[in-house]
Amino acid sequence: MYATRPEARPATVEVLVDGVAVLVPAGASAAAAVLLAGSAAIRETAVSGAPRLPYCMMGVCFDCLAEVDGAANVQACMVPVAPGMRIARQLGARDALMPEAGR
Amino acid sequence: MSAPESFQAIIVGGGLVGSAIAWGLAREGLRCVLLDEGDIAFRASRGNFGLVWAQSKGMGAPHYQRWTRYSANAWPELARELADAVGADVGLHQPGGVHLCLSDKEMADRADRMAQLAREAGNSLPFHYRMIEAAELREMLPALGPSVVGASFTPYDGHVDPLRLLHALHRAFTGAGGVYVPNAKVERSDAAPRDFRVFAADRMFEAPRVVLAAGLGNAALAPEFGLSAPVRPQQGQVLVTERVAPIFTMPTTSVRQTMQGSLLLGDSVAEVGYDISQKPAVMAEIARRAVLSFPFIARLNMVRAWSALRIMPKDGVAIYDQSEEYPGAFTANCHSGVTLAGAHARLLAPMIAAGQLDGMMDPFSARRFDVRDAA
Repeated sequence: MYATRPEARPATVEVLVDGVAVLVPAGASAAAAVLLAGSAAIRETAVSGAPRLPYCMMGVCFDCLAEVDGAANVQACMVPVAPGMRIARQLGARDALMPEAGR
Repeated sequence: MSAPESFQAIIVGGGLVGSAIAWGLAREGLRCVLLDEGDIAFRASRGNFGLVWAQSKGMGAPHYQRWTRYSANAWPELARELADAVGADVGLHQPGGVHLCLSDKEMADRADRMAQLAREAGNSLPFHYRMIEAAELREMLPALGPSVVGASFTPYDGHVDPLRLLHALHRAFTGAGGVYVPNAKVERSDAAPRDFRVFAADRMFEAPRVVLAAGLGNAALAPEFGLSAPVRPQQGQVLVTERVAPIFTMPTTSVRQTMQGSLLLGDSVAEVGYDISQKPAVMAEIARRAVLSFPFIARLNMVRAWSALRIMPKDGVAIYDQSEEYPGAFTANCHSGVTLAGAHARLLAPMIAAGQLDGMMDPFSARRFDVRDAA
């Protein structure tokens, strides 16, 4: 739950944020990677389609929902990065009937 | 204590039952005050599942079946008038609904219950239902699991957003000139025929009518007005999934999709007194039946869960009563504040405004319990 602040460590892990390669420190969350990448949004909300970025960074607010390695509606702040991780925007409500990776 | 504040009706209870009656009275032109206890109250209205459900209500009590049907019929008009009054969309969707059966025995039992309801309905308001076998049901509801053997269907059922409903009723009530008083637990009251005083929130309210719609609180309040309200808490729990794209064309008794996309899973029953703690065993059973019904639910994230207390009269049938000792005092108790909101706002409120319940309400009197206890 409590981890070292990511900027205290060198950016060594390469992930893809919306298809663009970004280097982030090991142990950072996928949500932190999105913020480091300077993305305009991590998701569009299910009800109104409003753009959102990570907010609470501690698993409470659900504003950082993203598609991580093909899995929809993942709380990106709760997932540590891994080399090659694909973090993509969650566009609206997920299709619950579609089988997907990682579930 | 300040000077008495005079109204034409005092409504005790700011949940769905009290608010629907309050809105109905305000719409009839009565100057009303609505007293709401506060956040320490067991607020069933903020924990319920949101079904407008006529199917399976009133077994052995045809008057209750009929009242529920009247309410289901009144619902579209209630939704329309709330939209007109305050621009609220309470999300009423009433395409009919199904109760899923997960075994041949459940299906047979359900068929018996539905047949009995149809017999008891008689001819004045016939009860139309169908028992639907799995093959046809699969065309109505995608993603149904292999364990589902069938369902009962009635065309009267539907669902709403219960929080939007509560909010809309409050706004419509105050918009029509009603006075809403929060943190107003009734501390004391003085009853006389068509002359009531209620002390709450360090204020004194007086009116020729008082409506007790305080849910579980009615049990203690009613005797002050020459009435009785034998109700007990019955716990129900709800699980909530993440929001997903629209899947279901209609609600079921135990799984429904909200207008925002979440799935609500529920329909548990536990007799645990005034206990709103959540029980893992109950949550597991809700989840188990939901996944048997729709296997894809196993892949969804759960984001919230809660429990709440239904207001359950002794025999499960709603209580509506008027005081013989103190005319002008009324009670309303039921465990179906959403379903019955249509009837409360559009049928019950006009009776209360007129000062007397209609004869059709006689079987709902709590005096039915006195007879039974004496026998």
